[in-house]
Amino acid sequence: MTMTDEYVSLDPQSDPSPAGVGGKLTFDRSSSGRKGVVLPALDVPESPLPDERFLRDDLRLPEMAQNEIIRYFVGLSRLNYSVDTGFYPLGSCTMKYNPKVNEDVAGLPGFAAVHPQQPATTVQGALELLYELQTWLCTITGMDAAGLAPAAGAQGELSGILMIKAYHQGRGDSARRKVLVPESAHGTNPATAAMAGFDVVSVPCDADGNADSGFLAENIDETVAGMMYTLPSTLGLFDREVGRIAEMLHANGALLYGDGANQNAFLSRARFGDMGFDVVHLNLHKTFSTPHGGGGPGSGPVCVKSHLAPYLPAPVVSSEGSGFSLTRPPKSIGKTMAFHGNFGVLVRALTYMKSLGGDGLRHVSENAVINANYVQARLKSAYKLAVDRPCMHEVVLSGSLQKKRGAKTLDIAKRLIDYGFHPPTIYFPLIVDEAMMIEPTETESIEALDAFCDAMLAIDRECTETPEIVKSAPTSAPLRRLDEATAARKPVLRWQPSA
Amino acid sequence: MVSPSELKYTKDHEWVRVEGDTGTIGITDYAQDQLGDIVFVELPAAGTAIAAAEKFGEIESVKAVSELFAPVSGEVTEANDSLADSPESVNDDPYGDGWMVKVRFSDAAELDGLMSADEYEAFIEAESA
Repeated sequence: MTMTDEYVSLDPQSDPSPAGVGGKLTFDRSSSGRKGVVLPALDVPESPLPDERFLRDDLRLPEMAQNEIIRYFVGLSRLNYSVDTGFYPLGSCTMKYNPKVNEDVAGLPGFAAVHPQQPATTVQGALELLYELQTWLCTITGMDAAGLAPAAGAQGELSGILMIKAYHQGRGDSARRKVLVPESAHGTNPATAAMAGFDVVSVPCDADGNADSGFLAENIDETVAGMMYTLPSTLGLFDREVGRIAEMLHANGALLYGDGANQNAFLSRARFGDMGFDVVHLNLHKTFSTPHGGGGPGSGPVCVKSHLAPYLPAPVVSSEGSGFSLTRPPKSIGKTMAFHGNFGVLVRALTYMKSLGGDGLRHVSENAVINANYVQARLKSAYKLAVDRPCMHEVVLSGSLQKKRGAKTLDIAKRLIDYGFHPPTIYFPLIVDEAMMIEPTETESIEALDAFCDAMLAIDRECTETPEIVKSAPTSAPLRRLDEATAARKPVLRWQPSA
Repeated sequence: MVSPSELKYTKDHEWVRVEGDTGTIGITDYAQDQLGDIVFVELPAAGTAIAAAEKFGEIESVKAVSELFAPVSGEVTEANDSLADSPESVNDDPYGDGWMVKVRFSDAAELDGLMSADEYEAFIEAESA
C-alpha cells in the first residue's frame, strides 16, 4: 500500500496520550509499513480478481502496530461515561444497570449464530423465544396480541398510529383527521401523528400535570381518530383520570394509544389494557434492560386489543400444531424493517423478565418509584418542583430559582460532571422552565442517590456563593465547556485530511 | 431588557415595526434569551401569505425547535436571508439585524390588538413570576 506524504509526517512523541482528546486520529498516527496483524499463509488456490477497475492503490488506510491500535481504542473507551462506570440519571432514557446474564444468554450460539433466512424448521427455539416474549408482553400490558418487529420506540409509535388509521379506514370512516396529544407527551408523539398524516391537537395540562379534562370534553368528537397518551407523562406523573378519558374517546368512536416507554414505572402494578388503552408500545431497551444510547439498538414492540390484532406489523410468531412460524397478520400495516426486529435485544429482554419473574418486575417498578421520590424529597427544598406531588419513576425539577442567582440549568448540568455524575436530561419537557428531568432508576443504592443529592445541594449553594464556578464548569472533564451553538451552526461532520 | 417603545408586541413574543401599510417582524429580546443560542431560522419566501396567530416559520436553538407565529396577516415582501449564515444575529440584535420578515398588511386593524412595550413588559413579568 502506498501512503501519501501527508499521512506519514507523524511524530509519536508529540501526542503521548493513548487517545488524546482533540488529539490524533488513527490516520494521523499511521506509519507506513506497520502492521497490527500478520495474515496466515494462503491455503486456498489463488484466483485473479474479477475486474481490475475495482482496484486502487491510493486508498488511505491507517497502518498501526497492534499495541498502538489497542492503546488508541482503550484510551477512547476510558473517556466514555456509562452506566457501568457511574450514576446516569438521564430522565426519560431509563439508563438502568443491564444485568450481565442478558449477555450470557444472547451470546449462546443458538441465538447469536442463527440467520434470519434460515428455514423456520431449523430455528424453532429462536421462534419459541419470540412467541414466549409476545405472551409475556401481552400479560404485562393486559393486551391480546403483540408484534415484535418495530426496531425502536418511534417505530412502535408509528406502527400503533398507522394501525389506528387502518382500523378507521377499514370501517369506512375516513373523516377522522385529528389526533390529540397532551403537552406532557414524549416529543415523538406529535411527530408520529403528523408523519401518519393526522392533524395534531395539543392538549394543555392542568395544575396537577394531567391532561386538561375540560379541554378533552370540548374536543373529543367524531373528527378525532385517537389520542396518544404518554403514561406516566414526561412530568413523571400518573393521570388517575385515564380510565375516564378512555371512556370518552370510545364513546365517540376514537381509540386510545399508549406510549409505554415509561412502563418501567408500574410493572406488575397496573396494565394499559385494563385502563382502556387500545394499543401500546413498549421500549424493551429501556424497561427491560438492554444496552442502549448513542443510537444503539432498540426494540419497540406494539401490543394491541383484539380489534387491532389483524393490523399488527409483520411478521408475528404463531404457534400452530407442533411448531412455531412467522406469519403476516391478515390486514397488516406491513413491515417496519427487514426480518424480525432487533432479535438480540429481544433475547436480552426476555432473559431479564424471566430472571426476575412477575414479583421481581413489581419490585423493579416499586424501587424505581421510591428512588425518584427520594430524590424529589431531598431536593425540593432547594430546587423548584415542576408539579408538587408524588412522582412515578422520574422527577422534574426547575432551575428557575438558581437562574435568578446567576447560574442556569445548563450550568448546573455541566457542574454535575465535575462532581462525577452524568447530568440529567435538561430543557425537557418544554412546558417546564429551566427543566431538569431526573430518572435515578431502580438499580441505584441509597448511597448513590445520597451522593447525587449531596452534589445537587452543593451546586445550589455554589449558585449563591460562587456562581462563576458553576458557569465555567466542567473543569475536571477531558474537555471544557463545548461550543454547542457553533457545533450546530457550522457542523463539521467528518474528518478531512489536512491539505 | 428594554423593549423599544415604537414596536407592537404579541403574547408569543414577536414584535412588529409599523412603517405605513407594511411592517417588519422579529422576536423579542426576552424570547431570544429564553430560547438560548439560535442555530437555525426557517422563513417563508417573498410572496407567501401569512395569517395572524398562525405559524409562519420555525426557529431552532440549542435547546429546542419552536414555531414562529405571525402577529398580523399579510403578504411577505422580503425575508431576512442573512439569518441563514448568521442566525446569531437573532441573539445579538433581536430588534435590528435579527429581523425576520417584512410584510404588507392585509388588515391594518389587527395591529390594534397587539400590545404596547409597557403592556408587553408587564406581560412577561407576570409570565415569569
